Amino acid sequence: MSEKSNCCNTTDDCCRECAVKTVGSSLSLSDVLGAWKVRWGIGRMDYSVAPGLYALGEPDNSSPVFVSANYKLTFDTLRKNLDGLNCWLLILDTNGINVWCAAGKGTFGTDELIHRIEASELSKFVSHKKLVLPQLGAPGISAHEVKRHSGFDVNYGPVRASDIKEYVNAGYKTTKEMRTVQFSLWDRLVLTPMELIPALKCSLPIFGVMLIANQFAATPFDKTDIVAHAGAVAAGTVLTPALLPYIPGKAFSIKGWLLGLGCTASILGLSGKLKKESRLLSAGYLLLFPAISAFLAMNFTGASTYTSPSGVKREVERALPLIVAAGAAGAALTLGAHLFRRGRAAR
Amino acid sequence: MKHRYLNGVTTLEYNIDKCVGCGKCTEVCPHGVFEMALGAKASVFQRDSCMECGACALNCPTGSIEVDAGVGCAAAITLGWLRGKEPSCGCGGSECC
Repeated sequence: MSEKSNCCNTTDDCCRECAVKTVGSSLSLSDVLGAWKVRWGIGRMDYSVAPGLYALGEPDNSSPVFVSANYKLTFDTLRKNLDGLNCWLLILDTNGINVWCAAGKGTFGTDELIHRIEASELSKFVSHKKLVLPQLGAPGISAHEVKRHSGFDVNYGPVRASDIKEYVNAGYKTTKEMRTVQFSLWDRLVLTPMELIPALKCSLPIFGVMLIANQFAATPFDKTDIVAHAGAVAAGTVLTPALLPYIPGKAFSIKGWLLGLGCTASILGLSGKLKKESRLLSAGYLLLFPAISAFLAMNFTGASTYTSPSGVKREVERALPLIVAAGAAGAALTLGAHLFRRGRAAR
Repeated sequence: MKHRYLNGVTTLEYNIDKCVGCGKCTEVCPHGVFEMALGAKASVFQRDSCMECGACALNCPTGSIEVDAGVGCAAAITLGWLRGKEPSCGCGGSECC
């Protein structure tokens, strides 16, 4: 990425605002590794490019202008999909957040777009008044307000960058398919590490409790307990997202609870703990672990592409009290059974 | 397979009398909630697919659409309750939903 200063070369501040940066469409190994890292939550909140105007290929004053966010994963996806086109990229300052989330927060917004058009002196580089925005920027942008304040026409392009070329070739027209947001198996799977890792981090204190309880437990916690917990976490954070449309129910918590129940029952069955003498413990497991899966699955609403705040509010209002009650009762039973009841292993 | 969430919850309100038929709502909705009817006005086609992102309301030049827009995120809503604040997904901090 090199900078060619077209409008000023006085102060750094000025150049950061209005210099045009040139950029290619091919991704380097470090771009690919960077994408992998942020998907796993490494340096995810600090993965951005400088906002401003970028030249991709050799654009002139009639070349199209694509507007996007300064999250580097977004920026890289866009330029990769613009390979072979000569165009301008107008990158808004969204604090390194993707277009859709930033639009929801208003940072990918009308004011920032109007400001960025002026700050980058876009009118000096293009003779037309046409901007192409990702459709998912629309929750933050008021097209008619942008037109009123800047004179530029906002055209909403496709949801996915991979459809841009088809959109351009069709004369800047979207199809209904291009306008509809998907949530494919792959879309869901790439999000699961960011569900799994925080959940595992939160699990560490639970393992700590098991370790301490084992110092004076009648039946110590063993690997079945760890496997059952790990299974519940996996059911809520990976299996539920992966199988989302195929699990019965509409509420995410119900989907997660069902998978958590199946998972816990299977683990109990396989471990031979579903025996008469450990009925209390089994009841504890079956209350606690599906509740954990339900809670974790419910949190995936935030990553999904189709849940409304009103809907999630209703789900949380109904499910959370049940989850907390079942979880507390289950935890008390599980802990109590381990502490005070002798299991077969201890006899 | 199409994803469906809870029915009958959206706060979407549409006043067809104010509609000038520009079609912007059909362009910006990511779930095909609006369609252009034959009478050259928009109509609500799939109400229960609305995720309340607010794109239609913000881009309607005549203010025909109102929706209580926000983030459909359980963590944000739960944390909002605990802190007694509006739900916010916390993007921009160290954690993000």
